[in-house]
Amino acid sequence: MSYKGNFKVWRGDADGGDLEDYVVEVNEGEVILDIIHRLQATQAPDLAVRWNCKAGKCGSCSAEINGMPRLMCMTRMSVFSESETITVTPLRTFPVIRDLVTDVSFNYEKAREIPSFAPPKNLGLGEYRMKQQDVERSQEFRKCIECFLCQNTCHVIRDHEENKENFAGPRYLMRIAELEMHPLDEADRERAAQEEHGLGYCNITKCCTEVCPEHIKITDNALIPMKERVVDRKYDPVVWLGNKLFRRSGSRH
Amino acid sequence: MKAGVGAPDRAQISERTYRTDRWWAYPLSTGGILLFFTAYALVRYFMNNYYWAPEEHYLTPLYSPCVNAACVPGSSHFGTFIPSYASWIPLGIITFLVLLGFRATCYYYRKAAYRSLMFSPAACAVPEPAKKYSGENKFPYVVTNGHRYFFYAALIFACINIYDAVLAFHGKNGGIGMGLGTVIILINVVALVAYTLSCHACRHIIGGKLKHFSKHPLRYRYWQFVSKLNPRHGQFAMISLFTVIITDAYIMAVSADWITDLRIFN
Amino acid sequence: MVQVQVERFDYDVIVIGAGGAGLRAAIEARQQGKKTAIISKSLFGKAHTVMAEGGCAASMGNVNEKDNWQVHFRDTMRGGKFLNNWRMAELHAKEAPERVWELETYGALFDRTKDGKISQRNFGGHTYPRLAHVGDRTGLEMIRTMQQKIVSLQQEDFAETGDYESHLKVFSECTVTELIKDGDRIAGAFAYWRDSGKFVLFSAPAIVLATGGIGKSFKVTSNSWEYTGDGHALALRAGATLINMEFVQFHPTGMVWPPSVKGILVTEGVRGDGGVLKNSDGKRFMFEYIPDVFKGQYAETEQEADGWYADQDNNRRTPDLLPRDEVARAINSEVKAGRGSPHGGVFLDIASRLPAEEIRRRLPSMYHQFKELADVDITAQPMEVGPTCHYVMGGVEVDPDTASSIVPGLFAAGEVAGGMHGSNRLGGNSLSDLIVFGRRAGLGAAEYIDALEQRPKISESDVDGAAARAVSPFDFPSSGQAENPYSIHAELQQSMNDLVGIIRKEEEVQAALDKLAELKERAKLVAVEGRREFNPGWHLAIDLRNMLLVSECVAKAALLRTESRGGHTRDDFPGMDSKWRNTLLVCEAYDDGARVTPKEQVPMREDLLELFELSELEKYYTDGELADHPQRSGS
Ligand SMILES: Cc1cc2nc3c(=O)[nH]c(=O)nc-3n(C[C@H](O)[C@H](O)[C@H](O)COP(=O)(O)OP(=O)(O)OC[C@H]3O[C@@H](n4cnc5c(N)ncnc54)[C@H](O)[C@@H]3O)c2cc1C
Ligand code: SF4
Ligand code: SF4
Ligand code: FES
Ligand code: FES
Repeated sequence: MSYKGNFKVWRGDADGGDLEDYVVEVNEGEVILDIIHRLQATQAPDLAVRWNCKAGKCGSCSAEINGMPRLMCMTRMSVFSESETITVTPLRTFPVIRDLVTDVSFNYEKAREIPSFAPPKNLGLGEYRMKQQDVERSQEFRKCIECFLCQNTCHVIRDHEENKENFAGPRYLMRIAELEMHPLDEADRERAAQEEHGLGYCNITKCCTEVCPEHIKITDNALIPMKERVVDRKYDPVVWLGNKLFRRSGSRH
Repeated sequence: MKAGVGAPDRAQISERTYRTDRWWAYPLSTGGILLFFTAYALVRYFMNNYYWAPEEHYLTPLYSPCVNAACVPGSSHFGTFIPSYASWIPLGIITFLVLLGFRATCYYYRKAAYRSLMFSPAACAVPEPAKKYSGENKFPYVVTNGHRYFFYAALIFACINIYDAVLAFHGKNGGIGMGLGTVIILINVVALVAYTLSCHACRHIIGGKLKHFSKHPLRYRYWQFVSKLNPRHGQFAMISLFTVIITDAYIMAVSADWITDLRIFN
Repeated sequence: MVQVQVERFDYDVIVIGAGGAGLRAAIEARQQGKKTAIISKSLFGKAHTVMAEGGCAASMGNVNEKDNWQVHFRDTMRGGKFLNNWRMAELHAKEAPERVWELETYGALFDRTKDGKISQRNFGGHTYPRLAHVGDRTGLEMIRTMQQKIVSLQQEDFAETGDYESHLKVFSECTVTELIKDGDRIAGAFAYWRDSGKFVLFSAPAIVLATGGIGKSFKVTSNSWEYTGDGHALALRAGATLINMEFVQFHPTGMVWPPSVKGILVTEGVRGDGGVLKNSDGKRFMFEYIPDVFKGQYAETEQEADGWYADQDNNRRTPDLLPRDEVARAINSEVKAGRGSPHGGVFLDIASRLPAEEIRRRLPSMYHQFKELADVDITAQPMEVGPTCHYVMGGVEVDPDTASSIVPGLFAAGEVAGGMHGSNRLGGNSLSDLIVFGRRAGLGAAEYIDALEQRPKISESDVDGAAARAVSPFDFPSSGQAENPYSIHAELQQSMNDLVGIIRKEEEVQAALDKLAELKERAKLVAVEGRREFNPGWHLAIDLRNMLLVSECVAKAALLRTESRGGHTRDDFPGMDSKWRNTLLVCEAYDDGARVTPKEQVPMREDLLELFELSELEKYYTDGELADHPQRSGS
C-alpha cells in the first residue's frame, strides 16, 4: 500500500533556486501536503511551506503541482501513478519568499482598492430583509477561500508583470460582481470595474474557473455578467440613450 | 529584463511549464475546427450556388434568408428586396456577416480563439508568447462588447431558420412530406436554438441584469431556464457548428444532384 | 549574544489574533478612536475561524418565535453543566442577536428564511433552531465579513489621512513570543516575522489576546497548526490565570479515514439536518445513551425523533443532537464494545434520510470533503466518524463585562478566554462568543486606556531577553544529543491523546505528567538548522514551549477534578458530583511550570437562577446551595 515516490521540490528564494530531488514514502489516502510534511519531519526540516487547515478551507497551501496551480492539501496522491515524478513549485505569479512560500500581498493591496459594501442608510440592526434567491448569486462568490490560485493563473498578470498595476484580477473583479449583485448594496460599480479595476483585460479564457478549488464559476457567473453590465453602462448606445431620455437608472431594480 | 513568469522576484524556474497532461490537445483540436469551418464557409459563400434544393424545399442556413434579386426562384421566403449586385459578392453576405459577427463576438468562441489561435493563453499556466497584452480594452477587441446586437440579429435568424425548417416538410408531390434532409435541418435548428438561447448576453438581458429576482418572478424563471442551458453553451456552440456544416453540405449535395434525398414519406 | 535588531511600533491597542474574536475586538477599538494593530501568525483571513462550519448561535427567533435570550441562556448553562460563568452566559445570550445583525451591516449574507430574515438551524443542545448560517461555511463568512469591514475602515482612514494603515494595521505572518510588562501592567509585545525571521517590538498599553485554542497538543484534532496555545501560555507567563483547563471538547464526529485526514471535522450540521448515528448493527444507538439529567427532554423512539424535524412543538428532539460530550462518549463506548465501523468509528448516515440534491445544497463542503479526501459519496454512502479534539473550554480568567484578565492592560476574548462555556460548549456558541466578547474586549481595552494616566514603558533588557530566548533554538546544546522539535511534538501529541484524552484515569494522567516533565527537559535541548527566513522547524521549537506549558495545566487540572463533567470524563470517577459544580480549577505559572489550585465561583444572580425549574437545579446543585431558593424556602 505504501511506496516510495519521486518528487522534485523547488528550493530557493528571491536570489535563485532550483528543483531538488527527494524520495519520500507515500501511504494510502495521502495528499501532497502530507508528503511535504513528511519531508519536513525527516529530510528537510527547514523546507518552507504555508498551510493552515489541511482541509481545503483556508486557502493557504496554494502551489503548482506538475505545473498546475492547486491546493496541496486537496491534491490526493492517488491521482498520480506510482512511477511518476511529481514536481512541486511555488506560485509563479507572485514574488517568492522561500521554497514554496510566496509573497501574496499583491492580492491584499487589490482588495483594498475595491470600494466596500455600501449599506442602506435607512435600515437599522435586524431590519435587513433579503430573499434567498436574491442573495444566492453573491453567496456563490463568497465561497471564495482566497487561495489566490485564480490570481496566480490569470495570464493577464502571470505573463505580464506590467499589468499588475491596472488589473485587480479575477478574485477581486468577482468581489465587485458580488457587491453589484448584493440586494442591498447602494453603490454604482460598473464603470469603475472597467476603468479602474481592469475588467477589460480579461479575455474570458476561463483559467480562473479551471483552477478554483471552490468550483466557483468565476467567468460565467461573475466576470461575463459584469462585462454585460458594463456594456449596459458604457457601450450600449440604446440603453445609454434610453437612460438619457427617460432619466432612469436602467431596469436594474 | 525578463518578463512574465521570468519577472524578477518571482521564483526562478527555467522550464516554461511542468504540465504533464495533454494541455495542447484542446487548442490544437479547437484551432483545427475553427480554421476548417472558416475555410469551408468561405468556399461555400463564394460558390454562390447549390443553396436551394427546389424539389425538397431545402434551403441551407448559410444562405437563409435569401433576399437578393439574384436568388434562385423559390429560395426567397421573404421576397427579394435587395437588388442584385456584383456577382463576386456572395449572395449570402448578410447572413455571413450576422453568423460571423455572432460567433466571433460570442464569449465561447472568443475563449476558443484566444486559446487556440492566439495562444493567449494556449492552456492555463502555460506562458503566452505575446510580449504585450491589453485584453479587450482596445480596438478591435473592444467591438466584442456589441455582442448583444449580434444576439438580437441571431435570434431573428433563428426564427427564420425555424420557418425554413417548417417549409422543409414539403412533399415532393406537393403537400406534406419528409426526407432525411428535413431531419438534418430539424436537428440543426434545435442545435442553433440551444446555442442562441444559452448565450451569455441572452442570460443577462432576460434577467441577469436584475438586482432583485424576487421582484420579477417571471423573469427569474426565464433566467433560471437560461442559466440551466448556459453552462453548456460551449458544447452547443461546437455542436451547432457541425450541424450547420452537415446541413449545408447535405443540401449542397442534394441541390447539385450529387446524391438524392432519402425520403421518409412523400 | 545575538545582535538585536528590532523593528519598533507604537499602538494604543494590540490585538493578538485575527480570528473572529480578534477582528471584532480590533474593529471596536478602532471605532473607539484607538490606534490599533492586529497581529496574526498566518495570513489575514486564514485564522482558524474560517473552518467553523455549522453556524453562529443567536436567539433571534426568526424560525421559532418562542426563542429568546432566556432560553439561550438556559441551554448554555445546561450544556456547560452549570459550571459556566453565568454573567458571561447572560451577556452572550442577550447580545448575540445584535452582534449577528451588525455583521449584516458589514455585508454578510446569511441564508434566509422565506420572509427574508436570517435563517436559523438546529444544533445539539439548542432548544430551538438558533444558528445563523451560510450553508456549511459560516466561519468563512464571518471572517471574510469582518476582514472586509476592516478594509472598509482602512478605506475611511485613507480618505482622511492618505494612508490606509494610519489607524488600523494588520501584521500578518507575525508571531508574538512574549508579552512585556512595566511593573505589573502590560507594556507591549515581542514578535518575529515568519518570512524574514526578524524581530518586532510593539509597545502598547493594552493588549487583547484572541489566539484561539490548544488542539495541536493532541494527535487527533480538528484544529490547525496555529492552535498551539500561544495565548494561554503568554497570559500565564505575564502573570494571568487560566481556568477550566481540564475541560477539552472532543467533537463526536471527526473523519476517521484515511489516516492522513483523521480528525478533520464533520459538522454537527449533518445531524442538525437529519443525519443519524448508527453502529455496525445498523442500530441508532443514541437512544440508549440519554443521561439522567437530560431524561424527558429527548425523544425516546425513532418515530418521535423523526417527527421532530417537521414538528418541533409536538415531538422531542433526537438524541443524536445531545450535547457533544454525551455523543462523543457514546461513540467511544460503541467502538469499545466492538460495534464500530471498519476504521474504528461509527456510521453517520444522511444518505438514506435526504434526497441527494438536498444534501449537496445544504452541506456542500461536507460533500466535497468526503468526495475529495475519502472517495466517499455522502449522498449514497454513510460516513465513518469518531471523536476528535476540537475546542478548549478553559482559558484566561476574565472579567465578564470588560474581558480584562487579572493583569492590568491584558484582555482576552474568544477561545483563549475561559468561563463562558463552563465544562462543555454548545455548538454554535463559539462564533457568537467571538463577536460578543470580541467587541467587549475592544471596548474594555479602549476604556482602560482612557483611564490610564501614564503610558507604560518597555525596558531594553526585557527586549534583549526576549530576543535571546527566541533565537536560542539555533544554538546546539554544548552537551548531550540535540533534539528534533518534530519528534518531541509527536510524542507530546501521542501522550496527551492517549493519557489525557476523552476518557481519563488517575494513573494515566499521572503518567502523562511524568512524560511532560521528561519532554520539558528534552525540549531544552531542541536545536534547529537553517536560517531564520520562514523556518518551520524553528517556529515549532518556539511553539513547543507553549504547548508543553499549557498541556501541564490541562493534565494537572484533570488530575485534581475527581468527577466527570462535560469535557472532562474520569473513568475512576464516572459520576457528576454536585460538590464540584461550583469549583473552578485555576492554573498559574509557577517556577518553570504551572500550578493548579481550586477556587469557588460567585453564585448565580437570583433572577437568573429563577429562570430554571427547581427540579432541574436539583440535578446539579447541592442541597445546601439551594436552601434559599424561593421555591423551596417558600413552600
Ligand atoms: C473545524 C471546526 C469547526 C467549527 N465549527 C464551529 C461552528 O460551527 N460554530 C461555532 O460556534 N464554533 C465552531 N468552531 C469553533 C470556533 O471556530 C473557534 O472556537 C473559533 O473560531 C475561535 O476563534 P478565535 O477568534 O478565538 O481564534 P482563531 O480564529 O483561531 O484565531 C486565532 C488567531 O490568533 C493568531 N495567533 C495565535 N497565536 C499567535 C501568536 N503567538 N502570535 C500572533 N498571532 C497568534 C492566529 O494566527 C489566528 O489569527 C469550529 C472549530 C473548528 C476547528
Ligand atoms: S477568464 Fe479572465 S480573469 Fe479569468 S483567468 Fe481568464 S483572463 Fe483572467
Ligand atoms: S475565486 Fe476560487 S481560485 Fe480565486 S481565490 Fe477564490 S477560491 Fe481561490
Ligand atoms: S491548508 Fe487550508 S486550504 Fe490547504
Ligand atoms: S452566443 Fe456565445 S455568448 Fe452569446
